Formats: sequence, C-alpha cells, structure tokens
Amino acid sequence: MDYPWNFASVFANSDALLVGAIGTLRIFLICLVSGLSLGLFVGLARYSTRRALYIPASAFVEFFRNTPVLVQILWFYFALPMLVPFEISPLMAASLGISLNSAAFSAEIYRGGIQSIDKGQWEGARALGMTTAQAMRRIVLPQALKRMLPAMTNRGIEIFKMSTLASAVSYAEMLQQGKLIASLDYNPIEVYTVIALAFFVFLFPLVQATYALERKLRRSD
Amino acid sequence: MTSTPNEPLLRIRDLHKQFGHNEVLKGIDLDVFPGDRIAILGASGSGKSTLLRCINFMETPSSGTIEIAGQTIGTALPERLGKQERRYTETELTRVRQRAGMVFQQFNLFPHMSALDNVTEGLRTVQKMSREDAILKARAQLDRVGLSDKASEYPSRLSGGQKQRVAIARALAMEPELLLFDEPTSALDPELVGEVLRVIRALAQESRTILLVTHEIGFAYHFANRVLFIADGQIYESGTPAEVLKNPRKKRTQDFLARHNEFNF
Amino acid sequence: MYEWDFSPVFMNADMLLSGLLNTLKVTGSALAFGIPLGLALALLRLSPRRLLAWPAGFVIEFFRTTPPLVQLFWFFFALPILIQVEMTPYMAATLTFSIQSSAFFAEVFRGGIVSIERGQWEGARAIGMSDAQAMRRIILPQAVKRMIPAFMERAIELMKTTTLVATVSYTDLLFQANELAQKTFRPLEVFTVTALIYFVFIFCFSLLAHRLERRLAVSGETTVH
Repeated sequence: MDYPWNFASVFANSDALLVGAIGTLRIFLICLVSGLSLGLFVGLARYSTRRALYIPASAFVEFFRNTPVLVQILWFYFALPMLVPFEISPLMAASLGISLNSAAFSAEIYRGGIQSIDKGQWEGARALGMTTAQAMRRIVLPQALKRMLPAMTNRGIEIFKMSTLASAVSYAEMLQQGKLIASLDYNPIEVYTVIALAFFVFLFPLVQATYALERKLRRSD
Repeated sequence: MTSTPNEPLLRIRDLHKQFGHNEVLKGIDLDVFPGDRIAILGASGSGKSTLLRCINFMETPSSGTIEIAGQTIGTALPERLGKQERRYTETELTRVRQRAGMVFQQFNLFPHMSALDNVTEGLRTVQKMSREDAILKARAQLDRVGLSDKASEYPSRLSGGQKQRVAIARALAMEPELLLFDEPTSALDPELVGEVLRVIRALAQESRTILLVTHEIGFAYHFANRVLFIADGQIYESGTPAEVLKNPRKKRTQDFLARHNEFNF
Repeated sequence: MYEWDFSPVFMNADMLLSGLLNTLKVTGSALAFGIPLGLALALLRLSPRRLLAWPAGFVIEFFRTTPPLVQLFWFFFALPILIQVEMTPYMAATLTFSIQSSAFFAEVFRGGIVSIERGQWEGARAIGMSDAQAMRRIILPQAVKRMIPAFMERAIELMKTTTLVATVSYTDLLFQANELAQKTFRPLEVFTVTALIYFVFIFCFSLLAHRLERRLAVSGETTVH
C-alpha cells in the first residue's frame, strides 16, 4: 500500500467541513428533540387502555420501526411534495424521516420503562387519591425516566449516526460536504477516512459513557 | 503411575492461595494415602472449599506444591520472596483433573444433554472413547448410582438428589484415583440428602480415596478415617473422627461443633 | 386534489421485484459472512490474551460507532484506490455490511457466552476438558439457543440498513424505486408502494422472530438482549 496519503488537502477545505459539522449538529438536535418528545406522547398512547389512542399509536410504531429510514426520507422528499402545496427542503425531508423513526423507537423505550415500574407504585399513588394522570406524572414517570436513560442515550447516538442519511437528499451535513470535497480534490481516501475518524472520536466517548451509565444504574437498582 | 500403600497418593506442601489481597490459604501441609476417607469441616470463609479446589487445580496455587502419586504438578519458577511459585499448562491441568474427579455443590450438570450424555461427554470428548464403549461405561455408572432408568432424562426433569447422583456418575466414569466432594448435599432439600450420602458411603466402602467437604457432621463421623477442621486458612485440628468430633482438644473446634449442635434435639 | 394512479407501478412491477431480489441478495450475503466473522471477533474479544482481545475490541467498537453510510462510502470510493482493485457496488456493499453487522453480532455472541453461568465452565473443566473443548461442547451450544432472538433482531436491522446501498447505485429495491419514480413521474405512488413492500416484509419477519422468542421463553430459556 504505497499510496501517498495527503491529509493536508482535506484540512485545506476546513470551511466546508465546518459547514458540514454545523449541519450535522443542526439536524441532530432537531431530530433528537422532536423525536424524543413525540415519542413520549406515542409511548403514553400505547400504554393507554383506550383503543382510540392505542391502535393509531401502535400502527405508527410498527410502521416506522419496520421501514428503513432512507425509504422514509426519500418518500418525504419526492412523494410528499405531490400532496402538499409547499416545498419540502432536504432538511425538512430528512428531519421528518429521522424524527418519526426515532419517535417510534423511543415510544417503545418509554413504554418499556413505564411498564417496568412495579405495580405497587401505582397502588400507593391511587391509595392517596391521585388520578392516573397525576400518578403517571408525579410518581411513575420520574422513576421510569431514570431507567430509560441508557436506552435513550443509545437512541441519541443512533440519531447522530443517522444524520449521514441526509446526504442522500444533498443536505449539507458532514458526509455530504465530504462528497463535495472528494469530487473537487480527488482525495476520497483521505476525506472519508477523516470523516469516519471524526465520527468515531466524537461518538466513542459518548458510547463509553452510556456503558458506564448502564453499569451504574444496574448496580443502584 | 500408582503408589504403594505407604506412599501418599496426594501430598500438599505449604500451599498458599491468594485472591487479590486476600490470602485464603495460609500454608497447608497434607498427606493423603490410598483408601483415606477425609472429611473436611470448617466455617464459611475458612478456606475449606478453596483447599479442595486447589487439589484439582480449579484454582491455581499462589505458592506451594501439590504432588499426585509422586509427581509434582507444574514446573518450578525461580524462587521469589521465599515462596516457591510454579507454572501450570492447560495440558497438564486437564490431565490432573481426569485423575481427581470433583462433585460440586451446584451439580453443574450440562442442561442441554441427557443424563447419559452428561456421563459420556467426558469419556468421548476428553478420553476420545468410541460412542459404544462410552455408552456401556456410562450406563454402568448410572446403574451404580441407582439411576439406570433415568438415562435419557434431561437435568431439568430430575430432582436435586438425582442430579447430584448423575454428577457423581459423571465423575466416576473418568476413573479418577481421587474423589473430591465439595459440599455435595448443601444445596439439597433435606429429604434428598440421604440418597446422595448413601452413594458416597458405598464408594467409601470400595476403598476409594475420598476428600469430602461437608456440614453433615453425623455422616462425617461414620464415613471418615480422618477429620480436618480448617480455620483461617490452615488445618487447625486434625485426627480421627472420635478425636476431633467427640473430644476436640482446641477451643475453636469445640465452639464450631457446639454451634452446629445447638439446635439438635 | 391529487389524482392517485398506481397503474404505472404495477406495470413495472418486475423492476421492483428485481430490486427486491437484490435487496435480499445483499442482505443474505452480509449475513452469511457477518455471522461467522462476528463469532470469530467475539472469541477474540473474550481471549485472555490482550494481543488478540484489544484489536478485536477496537474493530467492534469502530464499526459499531461510525455511521454505516460513511463506512459504505469508504469501502466503495476509497478502498479501490488504496488496494488497486475494481469495486462493484455489490462487492462494496457486501464487504461493508459483512463487517458492520459482524461487529454487532460479535456483541450478541459475547453477551450470550458470558451469560452462561460459571458452573458450566467448572463442570466441564472438572472432567478434564480444555477451554476450547468446553467452549465448543458445553458453552456455545447453550449460548446460541439464548441468542437467537437477538440474532433475528440484528438480522432485521441489517435488512433495513442495506437500503443504503442504493446510494452507491446498487440496484436494490430502493434504487429501482428511485429509477421508476423518475421514469414514470409518479414518485408518490412508487415510493408509497415501495415503503409498503419493505414494511410487509420486515414486519412479517419481526412477527416470526417474536413468535420464536415466545416459544423459547416458554421452554424455559432466558434470552439475551
């Protein structure tokens, strides 16, 4: 392998990379916040006994968990514009796809977390005269959130990785910028190596922190 | 390599075992002769199980030597800090473990194999016996522990006492020179203890060499020709059953037995 | 009001069908290589020798932490130049997803093996088995049974992840859908049908996996996640 590695050419385009980094962060935050909050509502709906809530929520979860995110992104980018009178930007399409997917997965995490709380907690709350909503809000959810933390941070890391899919609709995140640089400077090896390492260096500590969090919670439970 | 009745089958010299900073065995010297039936008693944490587990090298000694039939196990390393350390290879240890069979408190049967397969497993995989020979031998052992009708049953369908008897058959099938029992009845419901002790007694009557770690003091009294009381990682008191169990000379032995007999009626 | 018209889709159903077959082909190849590679990585990772365990651990962590699309681009655009080999989309796809899935499978294997209680190792060693014999005869057979649900889960994930190959022009279902949408100017119908095809396939596979998990749970086997 006597390829003349030339990383300087990559860093010469640091402004393009910066645009990419910002783009990645932007779509990550949008999808994280909307995905996890929508997921909470869907998760609660799935836990409900009312069929009007339970059935649509379940359908939502099953559909968005069992279809590939890229398919959803392309649907929102190419198909949705046929139905709505306004433009769908790459950011909107990618955000919709990733957020809905994340909402579906996090809904299951919420539901699992709530279900894992001992029934006795509900009984104690009700015995004091609390409504179901109050019991959920004051007693069950706070305890459940602690247990769900590792799975949620895991989801967050997945969302961060999924941001690269937005490059399929040419949204200016890290990978898309990498494609641009590689096509201009003919250095795909260095570019993609740098991008892979960038993701790794950024995410690896977070992944390790998640493991540590998991271990700590398991011990305290 | 066999030994004459005057030579020890097992010779332990200055055995030390450390787990991290915790020294569990603090210098054990022991000679076991062919046909000895040794009962080992002690409080939990005294090191009695660790001693047994060092003999078949389930734990490797931190220092000291173990000789089986005159052959010292392991190769010596340069002496360090006055302690003799040794290096043990997997090949050597697997051979030792075929000569010293062990029966565990938790049985450790293989749940994905029938009773018969549990007993043939060692014969086929370790001793490379043919399937037919292994089955013949295994059936003989299951018969001897009284479980020939349970040969095709899986462990999940056996009672605790039956599981332990299969475990004994599994150990016996390897034709060990030495049998090590690590609290074989401690995990059993009281009414199942007897069937296992009966098998052990039958083995004792065959002049086998047995080391038994147990809390069953009554059984130890009738079964053993020597009793060891372990405390603080050392052999605190030893002698015949009559000496140690009926007339213990030392205080801690007396306390231990008194606590044990507290609720006897 | 938009006028739905699915006829162009059904007239070109063969295009989508060939895409679906290619999707299954690349998923199957990735599984065929990924699972044995995952087992090898897991065993290396569990080795007491650091020289073996650390590189294996690094490979596992690297391929689990970096985005699969970045990996795919690297294998498709970068690797051919580096080793002077022509890389077809299929080769790049199979290579990428074999290694990527093996990293996840390695963790499933490792979790399964580690979940087998120590007593089984002791029982095996006490009758004179070497560690390799114990692993092969006693530990792995029990571990694999526990890992099956997690495996199926990973296989389903893989089926979804392989849609990425469309971005390097491998003619899988998604790629064909894109082509068809451009050809017929009916992206709504095409992509909707495509999404439904993916959904039906993956959902059915999911149901099968759940049924298997339930049956294993009934027979008394605990599962690893």
